[in-house]
Amino acid sequence: MGQKIERDHQRFRKLVRGKVKSNLGKYISRGEMIGQKGKELISIPLPQIEIPQFRFGDKGSSGAGQGDGDVGTPLGPPQPGDGSSGAGSEPGGHILEVELSLEELAAILGEELALPRIEPRGKKNIISTKDRYTGVRQAGPESLRHFKRTFKRALKRQIASQTYDPLRPMVVPIREDKQYRSWKEVRKPESVAVVIYMMDVSGSMTDEQKEIVRIEAFWIDTWIKAHYKGIEAAYIIHDAAAQLVDEHTFYHTRESGGTKISSAYELADKLITARYPPDQWNIYAFHFSDGDNWGDDVQHCLELLNQKLLPKVNLFGYGQVESRYGSGEFYEYLQELVAQKENIVASRIPDRDAILGSIKEFLGKGR
Amino acid sequence: MNTPYNTDLPPDLRALKEEIEGYARSYGLDFYETIFEVLDAEDLNEVAAYGGFPTRYPHWSFGMSFEQLKKGYDYGLSKIYEMVINNDPCYAYLMRCNHTLDQKLVMAHVYGHCDFFKNNAYFAHTSRKMMDEMANHGSRLRRYVEKQGEDEVEAFVDRCMSIDDLIDVHACAIRRRDDSSRYDFAPESEEDESLKLTRFKSKAYMNDYINPRGALKAEEEERKKLKDQAARNFPERPEKDVLLFVIEHAPLKPWQRDVLSIIRDEALYFAPQGQTKILNEGWASYWHSTIMTQKGLHPSEVIDYADHHSGTMATHGARLNPYKLGIELLRDIEHRWNTGKFGKEYDDCDDLQTRRKWDRQLGLGRQKIFEVRRIHNDITFIDTFLTPEFCVEHKMFSYAFQEQMGQYVIESREFEKIKQRLLYSLTNFGKPLIYVVDGNYHNRGELLLRHEHSGVDLRLDQAADTLANLQFVWSRPVHLQTVVDEKPTLLSFDGSEHTNKTLGEADDPKRNGPAKTR
Repeated sequence: MGQKIERDHQRFRKLVRGKVKSNLGKYISRGEMIGQKGKELISIPLPQIEIPQFRFGDKGSSGAGQGDGDVGTPLGPPQPGDGSSGAGSEPGGHILEVELSLEELAAILGEELALPRIEPRGKKNIISTKDRYTGVRQAGPESLRHFKRTFKRALKRQIASQTYDPLRPMVVPIREDKQYRSWKEVRKPESVAVVIYMMDVSGSMTDEQKEIVRIEAFWIDTWIKAHYKGIEAAYIIHDAAAQLVDEHTFYHTRESGGTKISSAYELADKLITARYPPDQWNIYAFHFSDGDNWGDDVQHCLELLNQKLLPKVNLFGYGQVESRYGSGEFYEYLQELVAQKENIVASRIPDRDAILGSIKEFLGKGR
Repeated sequence: MNTPYNTDLPPDLRALKEEIEGYARSYGLDFYETIFEVLDAEDLNEVAAYGGFPTRYPHWSFGMSFEQLKKGYDYGLSKIYEMVINNDPCYAYLMRCNHTLDQKLVMAHVYGHCDFFKNNAYFAHTSRKMMDEMANHGSRLRRYVEKQGEDEVEAFVDRCMSIDDLIDVHACAIRRRDDSSRYDFAPESEEDESLKLTRFKSKAYMNDYINPRGALKAEEEERKKLKDQAARNFPERPEKDVLLFVIEHAPLKPWQRDVLSIIRDEALYFAPQGQTKILNEGWASYWHSTIMTQKGLHPSEVIDYADHHSGTMATHGARLNPYKLGIELLRDIEHRWNTGKFGKEYDDCDDLQTRRKWDRQLGLGRQKIFEVRRIHNDITFIDTFLTPEFCVEHKMFSYAFQEQMGQYVIESREFEKIKQRLLYSLTNFGKPLIYVVDGNYHNRGELLLRHEHSGVDLRLDQAADTLANLQFVWSRPVHLQTVVDEKPTLLSFDGSEHTNKTLGEADDPKRNGPAKTR
């Protein structure tokens, strides 16, 4: 009977997921990832669907309270109107926020975006799990009932208890006789993959743009991590020169200076050659920039991409944020390549609301 | 009750129950038989999510509360100590893993609630067989789900829930009008007694002067107009029970009508618990505290008891805690009636010293609070017994929303202001007052509601969605008269489009009203 709430709960989850599409967009754009300080946990609000009712707005609303403070002292964030009802039940204060693991969040994100699961190719090292029916057990759903075994057992029992009449061979299984198929999770090693994130941290990128890039990179990172076990990541930041950094630095650095995109591509290429030979690794590279590049450098970049990087990577994603200072030309230059090659995606991210769509463009290719 | 859970009361708890029940009765508490059921946390969360009724109809919103309760419990943020159901017999749930002392405290608290349910006037109308009725509601709704499909029924229930607060909580006590029947077609009598005109007695030759024809004619017309008006007004008087009006007059399918009345019944059943939150919790807390400290506590349990009791009474931030406010106010009343600090003589006394030392040795306190628990709800309770001294002692203040700062600030510490704000926040559960004004608006069967504006605007986004839900149920366009930014405004939804019209005095909707009823 415990399934009763289970059904209502499932229904709620489904609604939330169907509904979250719009809400999640807002949610991601709020940049709440900054609140993520600990290793694995992030504080997010409980999913809730508020049924609309005639309610009072904030303006002009008032109430009575208790405590210290002079007239005029602010009380902190607006307090929700206390809609008290509910059978004299007394949950000790309402919970507003709860921690959710990143894995859970990424799973929700994947479902909301309707992203295809990226299928890892061949090779070893990445672990994936699969269900396999291996045995039987006493309890389970009727759809998994093992017909033959169940009746065999029923027959055995009836013979043993001398209720079996060979003249009227009727076998009626009772609850104890029933056998159900059961499964085991089988872990299977699969392919290896690396994700290389590159970010333009030059002076033309304002704080807001860096913020957008960080949020997007963070979510892609989270999502890919959730779907592959044992994945590697490399982070590159560049202005006029590129350097390899760790995750923390990648998300927190603020540099300034000119822009030479080729520097990052060269470094990425070097990295791939040295550490991740493409015949053994699946390589995903993402590059974020405002599209403002040193004039002479563009041709060099395109050559690098076309001849060195693209043949080696599974997917190259280029995300361009809109900048007041930058010309945003690089996106245009890339269009030619995008038309030619399959494994390059370019996407524009004009503002925070566009992040969700952009992630979808990147990962939607399913490579 | 046929419950799927393992709810056996272990012998130690049964002994405790008998002990506490004995104490409660010895104080004069009067309650229905109370059945305690012991549940594991998970099951308790489930029951709580259903508002205490495990047999309730299925709906995702219960799943939502379940998730909240479960996450709150799993992450150690909150815990349900107890839950009581207003029913005969009363059902109370205990959490299996609670400490014995907690169980004792909870039991004492529960008997307070049970006594309140049975004796408070505002609960008098509630069904005491709600456990069974809820189960009936559940099976009816499940039947509709099987017949009409889950999505259809759910969508309709969602809409009903959106308007389930549009009820008249006092309807159970005051008969505002006769039950209307949809099959009531009594013909109107032409020769109405009331149409007889005022004629003064006069000699025949003076008649034209004493009862001038012009005046008679004018009066006749006036009467007619009044009568027309009465016939035209539908409903006759503004109707607070929007839900009932819709149930009676909207073109609903039978199953929809039934679902709507289920929602209304349950809303009416739960309403008194909202009306008496402060008094009810105060009463129960008063009794758990009295019973435990005077009789129930073992010396070794005192520290833990004090810890848990103060946890319940704590105020979080500036929020008023109904437990705290209720128990303190009840204690204040008991003290005042014990010492005689009430009545004209005391009120007229200006000398602070005398007032403070006032003691007439009346000893009427206990008797008084029993009376309070019988006849008061939160509003009358606060209105009658909140005193300036009490407000000062408990550091009460009133707060208001400051637009520039975008947050609430302490507005005043004056008694009148505090009381006014507090009462206002309790009025109609702190929700806007909405009436049906016209069920045949524009003579096109449209529904006109009026929001009794009292200084606070509605949240427009939600109002629009709610209106849309109401429109679906009513199936003709619906309108809501309200005030937005100090301008009278008519919000409308006609099934596809929201309009938002500022009303000038000139086109008062009443004036171009229809001439016929439907």
